[in-house]
Amino acid sequence: MKSIIRNFWSLLTIISTIALIGSANAADPLKVGFVYVGPIGDHGWTYEHDRSRLAIEKAFGSKVKTTYLEKIPEGPDAERAIQQLARTDHDIIFTTSFGFMNPTIKVAKKFPKIKFEHATGFKRAENVSTYSARFYEGRHIIGLIAGKMTKTNTIGYIASFPIPEVVRGINAAYLAAKSVNPAIKFKIVWVNTWFDPGKEADAANALIAQGADILMQHTDSPAAMQVAEKKGIFAFGQASNMKAFGPNAQLTSIINNWAPYCISRVKAVMDGAWKSQDTWDGIGPSMVAISKFSEQIPADVRSMAGKARDAIAAGTLHPFTGPINKQDGSPWLKAEEIAPDGDLAGMNFYVEGVEGALPK
Amino acid sequence: MIRLEARNQTSRTLLFWSPILAVGITVIAGTIMFALLGKAPIRAIAIIFLEPLGDIFSIAEIVVKATPLILIAVGLSFGFKAGIWNIGAEGQFTIGALSGGSVALALYQIDGAWVLPLMCLAGAVGGMLWAAIPAFLKTRYNANEILVSLMLTYVAVLLLSALVHGPLKDPDGMNFPESRIFHDAATLPILIEGTRAHVGFVTAIVAVAISWLVLSRHIFGYQIKVLGQSQRAARFGGFNEKHVTWICLMISGGLAGLAGLFEAAGPVGQLVPALPVGYGFTAIIVAFLGRLNPLGILLGGFVMALTYIGGESAQIELNLPSAVTGVFQGMLLFFLLGIDVLANYKIRMTQPLSRKLSE
Repeated sequence: MKSIIRNFWSLLTIISTIALIGSANAADPLKVGFVYVGPIGDHGWTYEHDRSRLAIEKAFGSKVKTTYLEKIPEGPDAERAIQQLARTDHDIIFTTSFGFMNPTIKVAKKFPKIKFEHATGFKRAENVSTYSARFYEGRHIIGLIAGKMTKTNTIGYIASFPIPEVVRGINAAYLAAKSVNPAIKFKIVWVNTWFDPGKEADAANALIAQGADILMQHTDSPAAMQVAEKKGIFAFGQASNMKAFGPNAQLTSIINNWAPYCISRVKAVMDGAWKSQDTWDGIGPSMVAISKFSEQIPADVRSMAGKARDAIAAGTLHPFTGPINKQDGSPWLKAEEIAPDGDLAGMNFYVEGVEGALPK
Repeated sequence: MIRLEARNQTSRTLLFWSPILAVGITVIAGTIMFALLGKAPIRAIAIIFLEPLGDIFSIAEIVVKATPLILIAVGLSFGFKAGIWNIGAEGQFTIGALSGGSVALALYQIDGAWVLPLMCLAGAVGGMLWAAIPAFLKTRYNANEILVSLMLTYVAVLLLSALVHGPLKDPDGMNFPESRIFHDAATLPILIEGTRAHVGFVTAIVAVAISWLVLSRHIFGYQIKVLGQSQRAARFGGFNEKHVTWICLMISGGLAGLAGLFEAAGPVGQLVPALPVGYGFTAIIVAFLGRLNPLGILLGGFVMALTYIGGESAQIELNLPSAVTGVFQGMLLFFLLGIDVLANYKIRMTQPLSRKLSE
């Protein structure tokens, strides 16, 4: 009996060795894996990551083979999902949510030859790069438009979690709006979810009841856009172009455009030039895209917003340029001082003028 | 016309075989589904049900997945046999992870063989305390334990979320909502090198063995059975219903809490808001799949874990959507319940009404 088992195991070893040699064949396509936190759907965070996967397929044709695992919660299952892709000989794996950070690092340790790309995290390794987008640059543009267009001087803001990314967005939008409209007020609702159409719609209605006539969101569902459309007010789309959900309401959308980055990283693996790095790109390299401005925006405001967009892209304008004080009045940036990336990456305070306390 | 007619006596054979039959019919229905989707059906079934059994990594992952399911389901089976419905194991699981994990964080960087046992104790006690709320309200005020335990699940999940956003947040974590990673002394030892299978599984096996002994050999097992079948008989027999309620809820709460701590100190290694992923609810299916019998639950836990791992393989190899896993679990429960109906009823073909009228 023992010898049968031993024979079985050696047979398995032989088969898997053959399979390994086969997969290392040069003619084989490069295998690219993606791990998604949500279902792909037709808009939002995961949808945009999947668009980058499709863009990779389009760019490289038969030279690549892509795979994805969707709806992987950021809990105990994440490590297994990532490892499933690593075990099936993927050459580069994109893990596209913050909660995949520690599992990615753990799996990367076990598979030193595979390249990992983690979106929005801060832990790197020899074979783990990180990438994220400067969404706050987009928030600056929508802040300008909102500041100019509000009649009630009240902007409603639907926020997800009090992490630096979201806090940065609020501060950037507020500072931009304030620069064109000193009477501006931001009402902020924390919904503690990335995606919950019911909660987001409730928040939108509550904000409108408090006098908001323009909505901004840092959540994933189009619910707020739909509420805005129904109530005849304006809103800004998030992650994807949400015009289909609010043809009249949407002024513009901040679109996550990962494709150029992902394609360049796949190419780097093909060329043997891949190195671990930290990428934080904005409007310039078009990782953050601004969708077409709505006709509802007055022409002069459109041109102002367009100019700001081009200046950010050219690097001549930074949304966080001093003097800026923190909410408690203590100084943060001196006049003309540009915020260091370190401050932005860990931002955990409101700037002066934003009302309310940051949830702790 | 097809009619269901009550059997004089429940078919014991059918009741015993129904989980195995249900798995079989699920496989057949799955084959048809894959054929309709235009995927090679036999290959798809093989990928989902057989391939994960072919290598150490997948087997270890099945063990990782089955461990909390078995632990929780075994605990629940005591109450379910007695007609005490603890639906809130998910909440007790969460509180167990939270209390045990808090001990780990409080003892951060402190080494000692006593750290892990203390965490396990805290996890189990946390789960028991959470289950004590429905137990107290049930025995004192006759409040429905289904509702109380279920609602407390949401409280527990929000409490975890609030604490990892606040006091338990990693001080070096850039303000992201998760705790520090537990240090080595607070992390569960691994059973198979290079995998995530941890000693929690051994605990689950021990829990299965002890539960089997208690349920089949101890007077308490008998009391539970009588209480489940007839409250009046139990009262005449002099059994203390309140005691049984308390003990059942403490067992299920304690084991669920322990499972939660194992999850935090094992596969995850830290406290994160997404730690509860529904094991507490899936374990209810496992408990019934295993006929509330500890050995059956052991098997049921493995079958359920297999569908998760196999579903992922199907996504990778066949580009099937992740919904496949849910569809299989749904079919499994559906066919199980369907066959259970047939154990209590038999199908009778009767003449159509129209023909009767014409005669």
